[in-house]
Amino acid sequence: MSKLRPLPATGFIPERDLDKTPILEAHHLGINFGGLNAVKEFNLVIGRTEIAGLIGPNGAGKTTVFNLLTKVYQPTKGTILLDGRNTSGMTISQVCRMGIARTFQNIRLFKDMTVLENVLVGLHNEIDYRLAGAIFRIPAYWRAERIARERALELLSIFNMEGMANIKAGSLPYGAQRRLEIVRALATNPSIMLLDEPAAGMNPSETGELMENIRKIRDTFKIAILLIEHDMNLVMGICEGIVVLNYGQIIAKGTPEEIKNNPAVIEAYLGKKEAR
Amino acid sequence: MAKRRIPTPVSYAINLVLIALLLVVGNIVISSGITSRAQNSLFLQVGIYIILAVSLNVVTGYLGQLPLGHAGFMAVGAYTGALVWKATASMPAPVSIVLGLLVAGIVSAIFGIIIGIPALRLKGDYLAIVTLGFGEIIRVCIINLPEITGGTPGLLNIPKHSTFTLVYVCVVLTCVVIHMMMKSRHGRAILSIRDNEIAAESCGISTTYYKVMAFSVSAFFAGIAGALFAGNQGSLFPNAFDFMASINILVMVVLGGMGSMIGSVIAATVLTSLPLVLQVFSKYRMIIYSLMLIIVMIFKPSGLMGTYDFSLRNLLEKLTGHISKKREAGTNE
Repeated sequence: MSKLRPLPATGFIPERDLDKTPILEAHHLGINFGGLNAVKEFNLVIGRTEIAGLIGPNGAGKTTVFNLLTKVYQPTKGTILLDGRNTSGMTISQVCRMGIARTFQNIRLFKDMTVLENVLVGLHNEIDYRLAGAIFRIPAYWRAERIARERALELLSIFNMEGMANIKAGSLPYGAQRRLEIVRALATNPSIMLLDEPAAGMNPSETGELMENIRKIRDTFKIAILLIEHDMNLVMGICEGIVVLNYGQIIAKGTPEEIKNNPAVIEAYLGKKEAR
Repeated sequence: MAKRRIPTPVSYAINLVLIALLLVVGNIVISSGITSRAQNSLFLQVGIYIILAVSLNVVTGYLGQLPLGHAGFMAVGAYTGALVWKATASMPAPVSIVLGLLVAGIVSAIFGIIIGIPALRLKGDYLAIVTLGFGEIIRVCIINLPEITGGTPGLLNIPKHSTFTLVYVCVVLTCVVIHMMMKSRHGRAILSIRDNEIAAESCGISTTYYKVMAFSVSAFFAGIAGALFAGNQGSLFPNAFDFMASINILVMVVLGGMGSMIGSVIAATVLTSLPLVLQVFSKYRMIIYSLMLIIVMIFKPSGLMGTYDFSLRNLLEKLTGHISKKREAGTNE
């Protein structure tokens, strides 16, 4: 583990967090693809019930950060602490079981399975019986399956999707697919959820609804949420801390107000003012 | 109108009765002498190939991987089963039979795990090549261990334990166990890996573990089929387990529809009985066989059944639902 002191965070650990320790910390995180430093010196601290945003121009490395945090890529530099535990050398499924869940920018649902089955796959580690138990259909199997089904429907009801439970996930409309990904991520019982462009392709009213639901999820499940989003209304509306990334490096951190007025951010998004 | 579900115990009971009925009918047909000896032997072969196709379907259809060494597992099971049966010939027959089948399955499953752990890190064509190599290694090992396996001249005088009843029970058990596995959290994990591996992993599913599980279950039943094969033939020759044998099984799975158990059963039945049925046109047999494959792949690339899985319960519910709807319509008029 690095002995250097981490830079102060998005800096925002909400007052309501009784436990002041952060849920997720990334210190000096970096990855090279060949000679390209896709992400370098990435530092981040997220509180236990914080909603944080990760923004930046296209190609800034936002999704790469998500892939580092969830171990799709192993970082070439730096450490990631999840609930205080170092996750180096772990696999995607191991960090998921430790409490990190995510959605994908290019939707990755199980298209040939029904909506309900998608959520049941998310509940995989919450269901407790062994293969032999399933083959002999012991009472514990029926009980666990019934409880899992009820739980899945309950989670779907957050987005009013119980009625779609038996539809093939691939045939859902785009917005519903995004919502289903969030439900599936929630089903893994995470303590932090990473949402990669949850509002992409949604109309303003759907986005408004999504904002409400993200808040509702945070409040009911008491989890942290880190999201990548290009819709500034959503980011500024619900994020308590924002990190801005450009060319793989953090160029600004702070509250929505600070970010809005930060000259470096404005430059990254709109370009330099021409010299008069 | 809410769909009326048939209660689970009732649907299990209906299935059990039908399975038992078919067993009795099959036994009566065989003992009555209507069928020729060749046809009786064909019944057994069909059963053995159903087990092979259904078990390969677990890896190819449900898990979405392409192994080409299924005949290798069959060979392991065949020789293990035959040797156990020979060694336990003094024991009462039922004990010897069950012991032989179980040991054959377990040894084959162990081979599945040993091969699976390194091989399943690979994908697609790489996995195909590695498993192909495994199948050939098994065959070459059998040829070069004549003290144990009889080598090229063959392993002879194997007790002919494979009766219609035994093969039938094994077919039913294979289908039931695989069905029960697929309709559980383990089955969902296997299907999710086929649909999207990264997403499955992100749901906390250890993909390596479930790949190896699917692989070893598949190998287990291939081993049992191998033992039944040995018990049917009475003698074993390494050439029966060459590369073409693996391809034949794969053709059954692809033709029936990857991921459809009923498809595998139908394709295995048709393709195994075809040579005997077409004996009359023996000159054109291979042409008809290949033409049939080409036609199915052109007009139904997903296989005969696609990913459809037959469920007697759903069928009955549809039928009863249809009837009661008609009645309602009748009263309205």
